[in-house]
Amino acid sequence: MAFQSLNINNKTYEVDLNKDTSLLWILREHLRLTGTKYGCGIALCGACTIHVDDKPMRACSLTLGSLNKDQKITTIEGLSENGEHPVQKAWIEVQAPQCGYCQTGQIMQAAALLKETPNPSKEKIKAYMNGNLCRCGTYLRIIKAIEIAAGKKSVKT
Amino acid sequence: MNKAVSRREFLKTSSGVALFIGVSGLLPHMVSCKNEKEVKKLLKKHQLTAWVNLAEDGRITIYNPAAEMGQGSMTSLPAIFAEEMDADWSMVSVEFSPQVSEIYGSERWNPNKKVMLSAGSQVTAGYFPIMRQAGAQARYILMHSAARYWKVNVEGLSTANGEVINKRDNKSIGFGELVPYLEMPDELPEFQESELKDPKDYRFIGLDQPRVDIPEKVMGTAQFAIDIQLPDMLYGVLERGNLHGAKPTLTNESEILALEGVIKLVPFDYSIGIIAETLEQALAAKKLLNISWSEAPASGFNSQDSYKKYEKTASEKLEGKVITNEGDFQKALKSAAKTFQIDFKNDYVYHAQMEPLNAVVQVGADGNSAEVWVGSQQGFDSKLGVPGYLGIPNENVKINLQYLGGGFGRRSMTDFVLEGAGLAKEVAPKPVKLIWTREDDVSYGAYRPLTLQRLLATADNEGNITGFSHCVVGDGGNLVASGIRIDYYDIPNKYAEWREVSEGIRLKHWRSVGHSPNKFAIECMIDEMAAYFKRDPADFRRSLLAKTPRALATLEKAISMSDWGSTITNDRAKGIAFLERSGTLSTGVCEISVDRKTGKIKVHRFWSANDAGIVIQPDNVKAQLEGGILMGISSVLKEQLTIVDGRVQQTNFNDYQILRMSDIPDTIETAIIDSPEPPRGVGESGTPLVACAIANAFLKLTGKRLRHLPFTPERVLNALNS
Repeated sequence: MAFQSLNINNKTYEVDLNKDTSLLWILREHLRLTGTKYGCGIALCGACTIHVDDKPMRACSLTLGSLNKDQKITTIEGLSENGEHPVQKAWIEVQAPQCGYCQTGQIMQAAALLKETPNPSKEKIKAYMNGNLCRCGTYLRIIKAIEIAAGKKSVKT
Repeated sequence: MNKAVSRREFLKTSSGVALFIGVSGLLPHMVSCKNEKEVKKLLKKHQLTAWVNLAEDGRITIYNPAAEMGQGSMTSLPAIFAEEMDADWSMVSVEFSPQVSEIYGSERWNPNKKVMLSAGSQVTAGYFPIMRQAGAQARYILMHSAARYWKVNVEGLSTANGEVINKRDNKSIGFGELVPYLEMPDELPEFQESELKDPKDYRFIGLDQPRVDIPEKVMGTAQFAIDIQLPDMLYGVLERGNLHGAKPTLTNESEILALEGVIKLVPFDYSIGIIAETLEQALAAKKLLNISWSEAPASGFNSQDSYKKYEKTASEKLEGKVITNEGDFQKALKSAAKTFQIDFKNDYVYHAQMEPLNAVVQVGADGNSAEVWVGSQQGFDSKLGVPGYLGIPNENVKINLQYLGGGFGRRSMTDFVLEGAGLAKEVAPKPVKLIWTREDDVSYGAYRPLTLQRLLATADNEGNITGFSHCVVGDGGNLVASGIRIDYYDIPNKYAEWREVSEGIRLKHWRSVGHSPNKFAIECMIDEMAAYFKRDPADFRRSLLAKTPRALATLEKAISMSDWGSTITNDRAKGIAFLERSGTLSTGVCEISVDRKTGKIKVHRFWSANDAGIVIQPDNVKAQLEGGILMGISSVLKEQLTIVDGRVQQTNFNDYQILRMSDIPDTIETAIIDSPEPPRGVGESGTPLVACAIANAFLKLTGKRLRHLPFTPERVLNALNS
């Protein structure tokens, strides 16, 4: 067991857990930040996508020991106040989610994309989002939402 | 307490169940009228009917009886209710109803028994009449109460957007303002169709309301069962192996029990359960289990070798379970000018719902009650089998339905719920969160069955189909037989049968059930015959559908929207398919190309035209069709679950791949044909269009045949080189 501070959503959390505990279980089961989802545990589905220093990462493949207190971790709970991030607003506008389980990961990945590339091409969107699985089949609406958030498309198209 | 309300403590619902209407708290329930104390306590709030709660500020809570797994029932069913109630939608919120099938069930599955079950795309069809009736009754109670309040006849009153209106005296009163004056009529009328709202006055049905569950799904606050946290909660995992039904013998029990955090080992017939203080401790212990497994019925079974055996079964002179026998197929065969025989095959596929199975269960300290938090498609037993499993009374089990992170048929099984109960009873009254890892979910899944289908069709000299025979060989009863009927096609002699095999592999409904494999076979056979007679496949179907105008209308619509028959570049081709699923009639067209070096098929565009009866939420219907088509593309091009010596070979998304964004079509266009017919199901009608449309496009593009699902690059290359 090891004490460690984590900076999550601009808040300091102290945890006392084994160093090999995955960040996904820390977030979900210990800190009750359950917007980050478990899908595969091997970084192939993207349901647990979070930001570490603004870069999209898979929480399932980060362990407590690999993190330090100066890294800024952002989860869906910290992406915006009241769901007001442009990506979230666009997601609602196009009614993207179906079951919704993968969508927080999709949104975190999309937010990172737009931070990095504010005006991505459709090909860039597809390549960047390719690691995020959606079984309900909402991919076309996700692309549309990202284009709206990027200002490429007006809301009613 | 309002005197008028207390006068009528009970209300007869349409089925004759005595239902308490003055209920405190959020949810209605039934209470014995002899229990005066309880009655008084509950009368503090005003429940209109079992379906709705009305607050004095006008806020309306409508109870949704169906599961919400992304199909939008949480919005569409309340919209139907609100339409007849004439509610102000901005005042509506929605909650899950209690799992009490006597009140909230539909008779869709069984005319003599109310059932709460979200499966087979039957929710909207099953609840449309129920929600309309209940909404109209709620409106009647409000109008009756306003009439008493104003001392006028109810006949002179009307409603509009959350108000009761008395036009003669130019008065109106908001639904919420009526709460202190609510009075139950002596009898609650059963409204006839003609007394319900005229569709031309619809404000919700056929118009889009934003889905009520989407904002919380976008913020990350939507609660799935896997997100539940309870005080003193423990964690459970099970090791089930990958040979279905094998019995475990644990050989290092003491070693496991000595691990940090491990509280208890719980043996099941087919698995070893571990309860630990934390999830990571439970998972660490699971990895260290040393189990020797018995043989099982599936031992020795190799999925990919089974087709040879099934071919023999299809050739045997015997009769399976006959599903269709119209006209005289044998006679048609004797007089046929031309016969066609083709075998089609499909491998097992896995559900891959994004939320792995899980349940949180708490058993009472005395072992005589249980509470369950679960994402379930519900079932014929609305208590999900828990009372029987724990041997406790039905009324002592409370099911708290949560959002489902995907269902697709998998969550209409209760295996994971009972496992949760099995663990929780060992540590009662502490709650246990049971989680299946993705590996558990893949290897101990319940799959769409592998089948072989032998189709035999006959034609006369003019190219008219005179007979059509379909024999499906597979395991799982109706799982393999669904979709085998082709009532819509004008063919005089039809025969279909199912020949049973049993392999010991767990099987389950998978989005569209047998329709995907069966329609694949049927629609490819139709194109095979069209090609032989040099008929355009769309025009060929036009003749076959001539006597079913609703079906024909979808065909014509798909032909026009896809610009069928127009020239496209010679590296692409279009394929077409028609089918019925859950009562919805659909024609699909796709446009594909093939990379002849790699064998990879690319679907560029997809069109589908549908008659789904009355549509409640048009944009949501489109979303369902889009999703169904994408899941179809995924299963047809990528998904394959294989079994060697009874053991499932796949483990996670590395070896069971599903469709990613890079492989989706550029566009999916869906059309919904206006229809006054009652609503039909759309959640599954997109999926079965895909295999046949792709295979038919492939035939047109290459002259070669794809007859075995999935169309992996290797199989495509084999077909191209054949």
